[in-house]
Amino acid sequence: MGNHSDGSPNHSGTVATAGQNEVEKFQDPGIPPHRLRLADTDPRAAKRAERQVALLFGISVVGTLIFLVAYFAIDLGDGSSIATIRLQNALLGIGTAFAMLGIGTGIVHWAKALMPDHEVSEERHGIRTEEDRLAAVRIVDDIVEETGIKRRPLIRNTLLGAVALAPLPALAVFGDLGPRPDDKLAHTMWAPAGGKLKRLTRDPDGTPIKATDVTIGSAFHVIPEGLNELHEGKLNAKAKAVVLLMRLNPDSLKPSAGREDWSYNGIVAYSKICTHVGCPVALYEQQTHHLLCPCHQSTFDLTQECKVIFGPASRPLPQLPIAVDAEGYLVATSDFHEPVGPSYWERDEHERTVNS
Amino acid sequence: MSAPSTAEAPAFVAKTKGGSITDFVDQRVGGSGILREFGRKVFPDHWSFMFGEVALYSFVILLMSGTFLTFFFDPSMVETHYAGSYTPLKNVEMSAAFNSSLNISFDVRGGLFMRQVHHWAALLFVASIGVHMLRVFFTGAFRKPREMNWVVGGVLLILAMAEGFTGYSLPDDLLSGNGLRIIDGVIKAIPVIGTYISFFLFGGEFPGTAIIGRLYMLHILLVPALILLMIVLHLFMVVVHKHTQYPGPGRNDGNVVGYPLGPVYAAKAGGFFFIVFGVIALMAGFFTINPIWNYGPYDPSPVSAGTQPDWYIGFVDGALRLMPGVIGNFHFEYVIFGHVLTLNVLLPALVPAGIIFTVLFTYPWIERWITKDNREHHVLDRPRNAPTRTAIGVAGFTWYCVMWAAASSDLIATNFHVSLNDVTYWLRALFFIGPVIAFFVTKRVALALQRKDREIALHGRETGRIVRLPHGEFIEVHAPLSEYKRYKLVGFESPAPLPAVPNEHGIVDRKEKRRAMLSRLFFEDRVAPATPAELEAAHGHHEAIESAEAQKTLSH
Repeated sequence: MGNHSDGSPNHSGTVATAGQNEVEKFQDPGIPPHRLRLADTDPRAAKRAERQVALLFGISVVGTLIFLVAYFAIDLGDGSSIATIRLQNALLGIGTAFAMLGIGTGIVHWAKALMPDHEVSEERHGIRTEEDRLAAVRIVDDIVEETGIKRRPLIRNTLLGAVALAPLPALAVFGDLGPRPDDKLAHTMWAPAGGKLKRLTRDPDGTPIKATDVTIGSAFHVIPEGLNELHEGKLNAKAKAVVLLMRLNPDSLKPSAGREDWSYNGIVAYSKICTHVGCPVALYEQQTHHLLCPCHQSTFDLTQECKVIFGPASRPLPQLPIAVDAEGYLVATSDFHEPVGPSYWERDEHERTVNS
Repeated sequence: MSAPSTAEAPAFVAKTKGGSITDFVDQRVGGSGILREFGRKVFPDHWSFMFGEVALYSFVILLMSGTFLTFFFDPSMVETHYAGSYTPLKNVEMSAAFNSSLNISFDVRGGLFMRQVHHWAALLFVASIGVHMLRVFFTGAFRKPREMNWVVGGVLLILAMAEGFTGYSLPDDLLSGNGLRIIDGVIKAIPVIGTYISFFLFGGEFPGTAIIGRLYMLHILLVPALILLMIVLHLFMVVVHKHTQYPGPGRNDGNVVGYPLGPVYAAKAGGFFFIVFGVIALMAGFFTINPIWNYGPYDPSPVSAGTQPDWYIGFVDGALRLMPGVIGNFHFEYVIFGHVLTLNVLLPALVPAGIIFTVLFTYPWIERWITKDNREHHVLDRPRNAPTRTAIGVAGFTWYCVMWAAASSDLIATNFHVSLNDVTYWLRALFFIGPVIAFFVTKRVALALQRKDREIALHGRETGRIVRLPHGEFIEVHAPLSEYKRYKLVGFESPAPLPAVPNEHGIVDRKEKRRAMLSRLFFEDRVAPATPAELEAAHGHHEAIESAEAQKTLSH
């Protein structure tokens, strides 16, 4: 480490200066001499700058007028098209911009061209004086001493305990912000109600889907029968129950043990809610049989029971067991066999309960 | 010239109108002391000081446009059917919040303009805070005595992001609803209490009917109040400390060189408010932002391709995208004692942001510990004159930008016609090596710039004039610098590494050894400022440019 210009490291080790010798340093030449502007020496230039400032302020007035005209002359009636709104928006923008930029640039130009531009130097004063500092430290010491908190540990400790516990009621109050989760996340609307299996219906109109409607390569966005008729909590139910329905060549499906009868003729249904953080897995790549989540690009392979093949998800999409009813419509034979959507602390427990 | 001067005795009768008004106020509230202190207070001037001003002015514009929006916005998730003038959504079922947002856009005159001003100002607010903090970091303005103000600035950045996110979600449109759902997914990944927090936040299952009202309260009351409080603290400390200044002739740690507050500085800063407002108005007039009518009301089923959060949340979203859920056969989500640990969500959501903000908040103390520099600094560093700090900053910034770019991985893939998977693989690699490359490149560039400064200080600037000497040699004539320009290039400190020092027991403990090691990392490569002796020598051998080359003092 050969430093040409610095001395040996400062052995006092208090301040990381370069060890420069004062003699060797360039001396501060001070503030450079003031340079006069054109407007300082030439009255005509000053007059010109004055007119420019006035012109900018005048532009601001024009901008204000543009705004007012655009606001009152363009009426947003019932028949107004989006083009009218765009026009008004643009004019309001131009008007405000001129009004504001006129004032702003005018003032800045005024300051730069005409106001005195002598740089001045001002001493910095210490943030505090040594006298104040000593007094403050003494005051704090005195206050602590007078409370006697050091001599009376009983008071100190009980106070600490009381203060530590005091926020608990506030936490308790927040406990009623919502209901307890219980096992709400473990169930969806697909569970058969009153012994009747739920039909798979189209999202959003709710018309049932016949197995024969589903051609190879097609995909349907599916909601459970009865969702649209819900009066309360429709979005909550929908957020868990949405399903993607696709038909593949039955040979390309290799169902694992226990899932052999979950599909019908190559038609499979999977939860549309990503197991990563819950976006709808809305993109179906027909050629590769991949499902892609547009939010974080988790990719699931339909032919491997929606195993994750790319991206941040860690778990396959849950499969909905389906069959065909007497009229040829697709129905869900049961609820999902695991909670849908993103993982949560109690998820494994819920999965075991659902399957037992 | 009615500049009020109020230092006179009370019996004094002001001669000018401005003076008498000042006197009137002073006799009632006694502001003359304050005016005397601040009326002519000197402020240093530099273009890079305006980023903080942009942030402040954006906030004022946010308050004004936001107030207008609250007059028309209905923060309710009650279901309703749209009956406004935007025909494509006629009769569509939606929440009252989305309905009123559409009405603000299409049926309130100037409402769309106000929405756009509000959204653009919000984006600019966070951006200007970010750039301002980069300026403060790279120039070393966070050093003593301004460490606490740096922390307040960091808190403001977090609050600004919170304010932005809560506002972004209010219209209850499809895009922001999916954003909320992602937040819900991240919250659910929190061990032990995640599910409960999710249920408490949403008042039950996602999406529920409570969240918009709750976010609204946070957005228009709690968070802005905290931001305002922090801004007051921030500016108060700026006044206490006085502003920093860039190095240059006449400037040192004991003075402030600049323009007096009144009139020049106040006029420039005040005028700048109108300029910021004007620029935001232009953007709001011409560039559509958040066209919620294209997205439609929130529905848990659809999602549009290319979904992205507002830019400042992008780095977290990008980190979520980069994290693989499965590597080989290892699943990052696994069951431990019957409970689910979702590391593929928890790690990217918490770790990068956690590291960035921890380093950000503690950096002033880390650097002070390494350098043992306990002096007050009011003169800024030029970034090149603190090569290691600059390199650390650029490395962190690069890391942030890689994550931020990852939030657009799908758009990068579609716009550049490359494979989405490849974009992700590259960004994953850059996540790790990007900051390392950035560190070394930046440090070398900073050192090279310092050497260039030395060169110019000692040999003058290149004039581009080639002269042939009598013996046939060609040289380029260099023009010497004025002493003022030269001082700017030589007036800096170049600390040397500080070796480990024994403590009061005469022992060099492990912590001190570690400090010494970091000090070596910081200052081992250094360029010392040129000295008068060197300048003398350079003048002596002016023809020998080659030998001057050899005198460069980059030690290694």
